[in-house]
Amino acid sequence: MSAVTQPMNPAKLVARQQLALQDADWVRWSLIAIAVSFIGLFICLPLGLVIVKALSKGVEAYWAALSEPDTLAAIRLTLLTALITVPLNTVFGVAAAWAITRFEFKGKSLLTTLIDLPFSVSPVISGLIFVLLFGAEGWFGDWLIAHDVKIIFAASGIILATVFITFPFVARQLIPLMQEMGSQEEEAALSLGASGWKTFCAVTLPNIKWALLYGVLLCNARAMGEFGAVSVVSGHIRGLTNTLPLHVEVNYNEYNIVGAFAGASILAGLAVVTLVLKTVLEWQQAKR
Amino acid sequence: MSILLSNISKNFGTFAALDHINLEIPEGELVALLGPSGCGKTTLLRIIAGLESADQGRVLISGQDRTDHDVSQRGIGFVFQHYALFRHMTVFENVAFGLRVKPRRDRPSNDVITKKVHALLELVQLDWLHDRYPDQLSGGQRQRIALARALAVEPAVLLLDEPFGALDASVRKDLRQWLRNLHHDLNVTSIFVTHDQEEAMEVASQVVVLNHGRIEQQGSPSDIYDHPANAFVSRFIGQTNIFDMEDQDTDWLQTAGLSTAHQKGKIVHVRPHDIVIEKSSANSDAFVTLKDWQHLGALIRIELVKTGANGPAASVYAEMPNDQFKRLHLNKGDKVDLRIRHAHWFH
Repeated sequence: MSAVTQPMNPAKLVARQQLALQDADWVRWSLIAIAVSFIGLFICLPLGLVIVKALSKGVEAYWAALSEPDTLAAIRLTLLTALITVPLNTVFGVAAAWAITRFEFKGKSLLTTLIDLPFSVSPVISGLIFVLLFGAEGWFGDWLIAHDVKIIFAASGIILATVFITFPFVARQLIPLMQEMGSQEEEAALSLGASGWKTFCAVTLPNIKWALLYGVLLCNARAMGEFGAVSVVSGHIRGLTNTLPLHVEVNYNEYNIVGAFAGASILAGLAVVTLVLKTVLEWQQAKR
Repeated sequence: MSILLSNISKNFGTFAALDHINLEIPEGELVALLGPSGCGKTTLLRIIAGLESADQGRVLISGQDRTDHDVSQRGIGFVFQHYALFRHMTVFENVAFGLRVKPRRDRPSNDVITKKVHALLELVQLDWLHDRYPDQLSGGQRQRIALARALAVEPAVLLLDEPFGALDASVRKDLRQWLRNLHHDLNVTSIFVTHDQEEAMEVASQVVVLNHGRIEQQGSPSDIYDHPANAFVSRFIGQTNIFDMEDQDTDWLQTAGLSTAHQKGKIVHVRPHDIVIEKSSANSDAFVTLKDWQHLGALIRIELVKTGANGPAASVYAEMPNDQFKRLHLNKGDKVDLRIRHAHWFH
């Protein structure tokens, strides 16, 4: 009369599945070949090409392109955007995940749906929304002009658009995890006399930290790489409102191949670093 | 410390989880809140703890109104069904948590904390596990650690939500006895929730039977077993045979010794061990046949079928000690005579 049925040992489960799912050799090898050649053709090859193109006129030309004031300004703006966006969305994401997994309130499912909105709307439309709100002809346009606040065609607009686009990453990582964990550990901490803040720091945060870092990482990668929404609100003013992705586009349109690909190589490098960190985080999560 | 609940009600939407509960628990008792699932027992426990708020009513702990106190300010210890140990902390840190989060002026020094935690771990006989993590422990060990953790803050009241619900049967048996002994040593007022009547009878000094958000009966285990207040309690506490005196042909019950002289209702409950069976003589006109039997350890449960001219066939269960049954030399299909020693009448 066992009250709990013991879950099957995961290793055993995998072994059993493997036996059941054993396909013929030719099926396995051709599937592997298709996957590998797809990744080679569509991911590795372009990535290599970015590096080759960036270095096509020698290392000096590459460094010259990178140390150009406009490029440096673009890198600075990109970093600034990420630096403001990522902490903001970390806080928003944790708050949203907390509200959704810990409280019962009316409109909760609506909120859950709205969190996904930036994922489901085309980034260009997200950008346009901000133009309609804060542009010269927009809803708040007159007020903003009267108070000399510049949002569209300025860094603040770029940051706003990026915050909107990257909002879901942290919340999306945390909600399923926090739902699965339940709130009993937190209730236990409260019953032991811990304050709400202490409970969050000492109990909740350590339990969600890997998922949180993972979300922050994805959020950061998108914040630095976002093109569509930022493109609409930026106005492409060289040295002022060009982020790195926009800078790459401008250079490419002007046939400055080395400049374009030098910028692209930084973004590609960022992607590789993100990928490595992501793998490390996933490995850490699996270890727990 | 004593607990007084006055007029507690709680609704979830239109569902009344608790309906005007009044309950007094004297100091030092070990009380079981017993009832079927959905009867409101866990909700009541969580309201006492402050993890849930009542729609109306007051919670008094040792005479002081704690209704508006936060869970962290109530001075309770709570033990969860699924342990709720902090999974990223060692056993030692789990037990130390309640002491470490005290405001600076009340916080004991590290030496004191270390001593106290080891003393508590000794108390639950698990000091040798102090540097393990919760997922390296068995269910029974986890629950004992959870209890040590709750005791660390010296709660006025210990609340346990189905503390043995997630454990294997054999571990559950051991821990019941252990909890009873621990309570005997510490004498802290404790309330535990259970849906297992056997567990409630075995562990508790007082049992509160709940159903549909109301208290059906409160009393000592033997009170509740011997004098059930109503048909629900009688049915819920242990096996019983139920006869409806209006629907059924009742002559055979009277033949079996059921006295209708003091009839106090139309429903009769007879516990299996209150039915004595004897082998009928060959030419008896007995209506009752032995159908089957099962071993329940020291007892035998005997399944009887009443047949006869009047009324439908009915199953009757009786229980008797093993050796007594053997002496009767009964076989399946034998006719038997019944004697009812005791019955409860309900409306």
